Amino acid sequence: MNPSLKNIKDLSVTVDNADGGSLTVEEAIANLESADLGLRFYAAWWLGRFRIGEPAAVTALIKALEDEADRTPEGGYPLRRNAARALGKLGDRQAVSPLIRCLDCSDFYVREAAAQSLEMLGDPVCIPALIKLLAVGLQGEQLISQPDSSQPYDAILEALGTLRATEFAPLVKAFLEHPIELVQYAAARAMYQLTQEPVYGERLIQALAGEKLQLRRAVLADLGAIGYLPAADAIAQTLAENSLKLISLKGLLEHQVNHITPSTFSEDAIKVMNLMDSLL
Amino acid sequence: MNNSELAQILIRAVEEADSSERLLDAVQQLAAAGIEESVPTLIAALGYNNPGAAVAAVDGLIAIGEAAVPPLLELIDDYNYGARAWAIRALAGIGDVRALDTLFEAAKTDFSLSVRRAAARGLGTLRWHQLPPEKLESVQTQVLEALLLISQDSEWVVRYAAVTSLETVAIAIAASLPDQASRITTQLQQMLDTDVDLGVRTRVKFAQDKIQQQQHQEVFAPKRKLQETEVPHRGAGRR
Repeated sequence: MNPSLKNIKDLSVTVDNADGGSLTVEEAIANLESADLGLRFYAAWWLGRFRIGEPAAVTALIKALEDEADRTPEGGYPLRRNAARALGKLGDRQAVSPLIRCLDCSDFYVREAAAQSLEMLGDPVCIPALIKLLAVGLQGEQLISQPDSSQPYDAILEALGTLRATEFAPLVKAFLEHPIELVQYAAARAMYQLTQEPVYGERLIQALAGEKLQLRRAVLADLGAIGYLPAADAIAQTLAENSLKLISLKGLLEHQVNHITPSTFSEDAIKVMNLMDSLL
Repeated sequence: MNNSELAQILIRAVEEADSSERLLDAVQQLAAAGIEESVPTLIAALGYNNPGAAVAAVDGLIAIGEAAVPPLLELIDDYNYGARAWAIRALAGIGDVRALDTLFEAAKTDFSLSVRRAAARGLGTLRWHQLPPEKLESVQTQVLEALLLISQDSEWVVRYAAVTSLETVAIAIAASLPDQASRITTQLQQMLDTDVDLGVRTRVKFAQDKIQQQQHQEVFAPKRKLQETEVPHRGAGRR
C-alpha cells in the first residue's frame, strides 16, 4: 500500500466508523491473546478507538508489540501495527520505550505507527531514535541522492515538529526538497512548529491549491495541527470535503483561544468561527 | 438560444466530462446558469465524489431556490452519505420549511456525521415567515426540542452546528416565546461548563455573546422585528 494513502484512510475510519462492536473491556483484553488472529487484531483497534486506558489494556497491548503469530505474506505484523496505533491514543507513558524499540521493526507500517504514537505521547526522550531513522535518508545535512521512501519520513518529521526538536531543524529542513510531496509538507509543518516562521505556513497554503485531492486533504490536517491563522480563507476555499475543512479550522480556532474559553474574542477567532459556520 | 437549449448543452457537458477538472468546470457553468431544468443534473453532481463540483452544485441549487426543493426531497440519496450531506446542505441553504421533516429525521437519526451536521445547521436557517402564523410557535418549539437533543450528539461538529442553530432560534423566539428561549440559555450554559471540546465551548461562548447583544438591542429598540434582524447568512463563503 502507498504510505501516503494510509493517513487518509485512518481519517475516514475515525470520522465515519462509530460501530463499537459488542465487546466489553474484559473481552477485548482477553481477545488480544485469542487463538483467532482476527479477534486479536480487532481487539487492539477497539481498545484504541474507545480509549481504554486501564493498566491491563496497556500491558496487554505492549506485549502485543512483540507478537510473532500474526504475519502478512510480505512479512508485515498486523497486530503490532494496531497495538502501536492504540498505545498512542491511550496516553500511558509506559508505552514510550516499547514504541521506541518498534522503530527498529522490519515492518514499515509498524515503524510508522510507532512514530505517530510517540508523537501523541509527547515524550521527547524518543527524539534521538527518531533522528536515527530520519538520518537513513540523509548524508550529513543533505538528502541522499537517490529518492528514498524506505522510512515513514512524514510521520517522523511530524513527530519531531510536535516534540519541538529544535536543535535538529537543519535535518528536518532538508526534507523540504524530498521528491514525495507528502514528505515535503510534513517537513514544512515541522519547520513551522520548530521556527514559527511564516514562510513554512505559506508553503502549506500554496499546497492547498495543488492538483491532488488526497494531498489537499493531508495539508488541511497539517494546517489544523499547527494552527496557522493566515491560512483560514485558503482552507475555507480549497476543493475538499467540508468535514476536513472544519477540522482544520477548528485547529486554528483552538490555537487562538489556547485551551481556555475566552471572555472576549479576537477578530481572528471571530473570523474563523464565521468561516466554520459557513461550511456546516 | 433559449434557456432550454442552453441547459441541454451545459447538461451534456457535465455528462461527457472525462476528468475531474472538466467535470468541475462543467458543473460550475451549469450551476451559474441557474436554469430550473438543470436541477436533476445538479443533484446528480452531488454524488460524483468531487468536492469542488459538489460545492458548485450546492451553490447552484441554492440560487435556484424553492423550485429545487421538491426534486431535492425526492431524489435524496439514501445510499450515498456524501451526496446526502450535500443535498441536506442545499436544503439548509434554501431554508424552505417543506424540508422540515427531512431535516428532523436527518439530524436525529442519520449515521453520517456530515449529514447530521448539515441538518442541524438547516434547522437554524429556516424561513419562519413561510409558516402560517398559527403554526409558527408549535414548529419553533419542535425545532427547539430537536436542537436540544442534537446538541448532545457524540460528534463535536454536530454539537457545533447545533449551537449555531440554538443561537439563531434563541434570537428568533426571544420576544415571542421567552420561556422556551430560556431553555436554550440554560442548555448553552451547561455546554459551556461541561462540553469536552474546546472548539465547541468557544462557539457556545460566541453564541451567548450574540444572544446577549440582541437582548441589549431589544431593550433599546423594542420595535424592531426580531426575525428580520438576525437571519443567518446564506450567501457568501459556502465553500
